[in-house]
Amino acid sequence: MIDWLIQFLIRFLETARDFLPIFLVLIGFQLFVIRKPLSHPQKTFSGFIFLLLGVTIFLEGLDLALFPIGKLMASQLTTAEFLGIDPLDKTVNWKTYGWVYVFSACLGFAVALAEPSLLAIANKAEQISGGTIRAWGLRIAVGIGLGFGLALGTFRIVTGTELYLYVISGFAIATLQTLFTPKSILGIAFDSGSVTTTMVTVPLVTALGIGLAQAIPGRDPLSDGFGLLALASLYPIIAVLSYAQIAQYLNKHSVSSKP
Amino acid sequence: MFKKRFINQLINSFFDLSPILAVVIIFQVLIIQQSIPDVGHFLLGILFVLVGLSLFIQGLELSLFPLGESMAYGFARKGSLFWLLAFAFCLGFGAAVAEPALINLAEQAAELAIKKASITDSASAKNNYVLGFRITVAVSSGVAILIGVLRIIRGWPAYYPVFYAYIGIALITPFCHKDMLSIAYDSGSIATSTLTVPLVTALGVGLATAIKGRNPMTDGFGLVVFASLTPIIAVMLYGLAI
Repeated sequence: MIDWLIQFLIRFLETARDFLPIFLVLIGFQLFVIRKPLSHPQKTFSGFIFLLLGVTIFLEGLDLALFPIGKLMASQLTTAEFLGIDPLDKTVNWKTYGWVYVFSACLGFAVALAEPSLLAIANKAEQISGGTIRAWGLRIAVGIGLGFGLALGTFRIVTGTELYLYVISGFAIATLQTLFTPKSILGIAFDSGSVTTTMVTVPLVTALGIGLAQAIPGRDPLSDGFGLLALASLYPIIAVLSYAQIAQYLNKHSVSSKP
Repeated sequence: MFKKRFINQLINSFFDLSPILAVVIIFQVLIIQQSIPDVGHFLLGILFVLVGLSLFIQGLELSLFPLGESMAYGFARKGSLFWLLAFAFCLGFGAAVAEPALINLAEQAAELAIKKASITDSASAKNNYVLGFRITVAVSSGVAILIGVLRIIRGWPAYYPVFYAYIGIALITPFCHKDMLSIAYDSGSIATSTLTVPLVTALGVGLATAIKGRNPMTDGFGLVVFASLTPIIAVMLYGLAI
């Protein structure tokens, strides 16, 4: 119990150290540049404490519940017995890894929905748009995009193909979609990808990439293990843009079908 | 009153997190066909995640969201472009420079540089490389927020900076080493951290609300994505320079 408390305290201090530059920038500019006292100093201060405690407890919970399972699942899925491959056979057939793609897609979907920053931004977008954007719709679209991005990323690690092909073609698809998407949703659609790759996604996705690169014959964790995160923050953009297009299409359809 | 709000928030958090629980349990039970190794720890962990998430959301609503927006109004009223841009830069820089995942990535990049013999295999060379990498990412992410704020003030469309960044990345990509490329692409996603995302969003939305002729929905978002694209360009250039 005491060990655990000490560990908790260390983690709290580490979080405080990571957040300190931002808190300092905020308070410094408020007091010395805007030159006005905080309007609700007590609320702001307790909010900072809540953020610190919240992130510390959240990370502690991830360590207890989700990270071990996520890592265990990643390692179980990439064992030779599970995949039914011969460890001596150095030729890799991408079809052997079917379950890995399914698993990565599920993991991507799940981590996107667990991401606190995405939740906060989705609620904000729902509030500002007056309900035309639904927080749940946005989160599910991001989840599908992240799932697809990770499945594609694991496929890339298995086949050893070049990362830039996937990134640049993603850019091209997003650019084309922009032409057909209502302007008001573009900002939030572009943001949704980067918003999602924070607290939960980064450690789990990194572990998955390095685990896969270690397990698959002929791959080097140092050079093949990276690149999943890039796809994880690109493909949600495409998914949210598609979601906006579908919503627009359905809207038009239901309006025009009414006399 | 506060207690009631917190309990409501806990219930909301449970619903918000229910999909991830479903995925983990279904996958573990049906596909891998093993029970969850330590159910006690698992349940305790889930409880922690719920409480942590609720506190985080409450903390955002109490501090970062209102503070970010009120500061945006403050700057708009003060009318000093210089200080607003300085603030924007400091936010982007401050968030990225201390990000633990970025330090981790910088160390991987240093290993790679040693393997390729671009830097000598010594502790001091490695430390310099890591520090240079972190500063590069932090400066580029600061510049991104600065340009994003300038964009809202000038009323440029949200996708302009994004497209220029896409084109820039596509143009520099052919000159980069394959291994450095993966690290560069990943660095962008890592530079945007848990605190910056809500704070920068609040700043953008606040500015777009405070400035006449801007719409918070159309102009207020789109800052975060740019801050995750410029580090890609910066790291590619850093890799080429060293």
